[in-house]
Amino acid sequence: MSTHETSDAVIVRCEHLRRVVRVGDEDRVLIEDATFDVRTGEVLAIVGPSGSGKSSLLRLLNRLDEPTSGTVLLEGVDYRQIAPRELRRKVGMVTQRPYLFPGTVELNLRFGPGQRGVEMTQGSVDQVLVEVGLKGYACRAVAKLSGGEAQRVSLARTLANSPLVLLLDEPTAALDEVSKLEIELLIQKIVREQKLTCVLVTHDRAQAARLAQRAMILESGHVVRMGPVTEVLHA
Amino acid sequence: MLRLLFSNQLYLGLAQAGMAGLTAMVVVLLARKRGIHLVSETLIAMVRGMVQIVAVGSILVLLLRGPRWAGGFCLAGMMIAAGAISSRRAKGIPGAFRVSAWAIIFGAGSVIALMTWLGVIDMAITSLVPVGSMLIANAMNTNGLALNRFRADVLSHAGEIEAALALGADANGSVAPYVQASFEASLIPAIDSVRSLGIVWIPGLMAGMLLSGARPVYAAIYQFVVLAMIFAASGLTSLVSTLLIRGQVFTSAEQLLLQPGG
Repeated sequence: MSTHETSDAVIVRCEHLRRVVRVGDEDRVLIEDATFDVRTGEVLAIVGPSGSGKSSLLRLLNRLDEPTSGTVLLEGVDYRQIAPRELRRKVGMVTQRPYLFPGTVELNLRFGPGQRGVEMTQGSVDQVLVEVGLKGYACRAVAKLSGGEAQRVSLARTLANSPLVLLLDEPTAALDEVSKLEIELLIQKIVREQKLTCVLVTHDRAQAARLAQRAMILESGHVVRMGPVTEVLHA
Repeated sequence: MLRLLFSNQLYLGLAQAGMAGLTAMVVVLLARKRGIHLVSETLIAMVRGMVQIVAVGSILVLLLRGPRWAGGFCLAGMMIAAGAISSRRAKGIPGAFRVSAWAIIFGAGSVIALMTWLGVIDMAITSLVPVGSMLIANAMNTNGLALNRFRADVLSHAGEIEAALALGADANGSVAPYVQASFEASLIPAIDSVRSLGIVWIPGLMAGMLLSGARPVYAAIYQFVVLAMIFAASGLTSLVSTLLIRGQVFTSAEQLLLQPGG
């Protein structure tokens, strides 16, 4: 279990989140009445089998999808009161596949800040790259990166936006074992050094145990258990 | 050979249509052998096309004797129909008909109006309707290509689009590369038509003008005029269509509606 300082202050509160989608002629419930808090500075792991709704739940947190009912409070404010672009800057997301934009690593890093008119200095770009272990990669073409390097750039790109909360959707699922452990160490380092709040989706219970302080078990869209990672995963 | 068998022009026309249709069906059946199943779709399209063009031909006979405003009325109907047909290329995108209709009305309609006002298109119904319909038909094809390409690009790049949204990009910005690609791709046939004019093909209008006794040089120049108008109408339609359709794939909260498998 990762050990670093967390606070009891709640940064994200999910209230009765429900998401239903229409599939053919029937409604499919992806998330049902999910109510939980994410505390400032903690890593919360959402664990469950494939199709349990983990990624669906994560997508509700930065409003990439709209809840059918319920809401999310970010620092006490209903997230529908926050402009979607500002919300997504504050609640950054790293996906399973990196989906980098064509061009250089630097171009990818500058993308987020550029959306709100902020021009990153070369020093800032280099600093973010150092943080993710990619010193000297600024001018590299993303097409020539390995899977692990591409995922680091994806993480760096999100960090360049200075998020309050970091959503990680199976960030190592597409990587080999060595790259997976490297990315895990990197996440641990960044979360500890930047005191970031993090919500990690993973199907890998061992990974959840290594990275998170608390865990939530999701089954068929329902939150079935939540608490300290050791208790929840070994129950 | 058919001319020897049929002395009546109507019967000759039907026989010619039958032969041309049969040739097209042979091609479709050959394609079927390679697992491409277009038989029913092609058959329906050809029968429908035949009925429509004969109906339009009959209406044209009436229109030729009608007032001038009837030509405008006819073109307006064509633009709405063109919008409905090309919007089917944007399956799953809400508001595609509205976008297509406005794009064609603005794209083809404005070029027809301007060219008629300038005297490039004769206001006589016999000229306005056929030339106008050529512009509308090409605008429809261009619109269909643009929508089809945009839809395919958004579906295949949903990950990249959502990555941009997740980094704080606005909805329009996140699909900007696909809007541009759709616009460029939709204009390829129009550009190629102008480029190959006279070398690869001699269009029907020029052939018709020659057959009706127009001077060859004037027929050639007017054919270029028509193709230039087609290019303008198609380009304007695609420009409007791609700009309007980009907003249709997002919710008001900038969430991507069009999802693979969705």
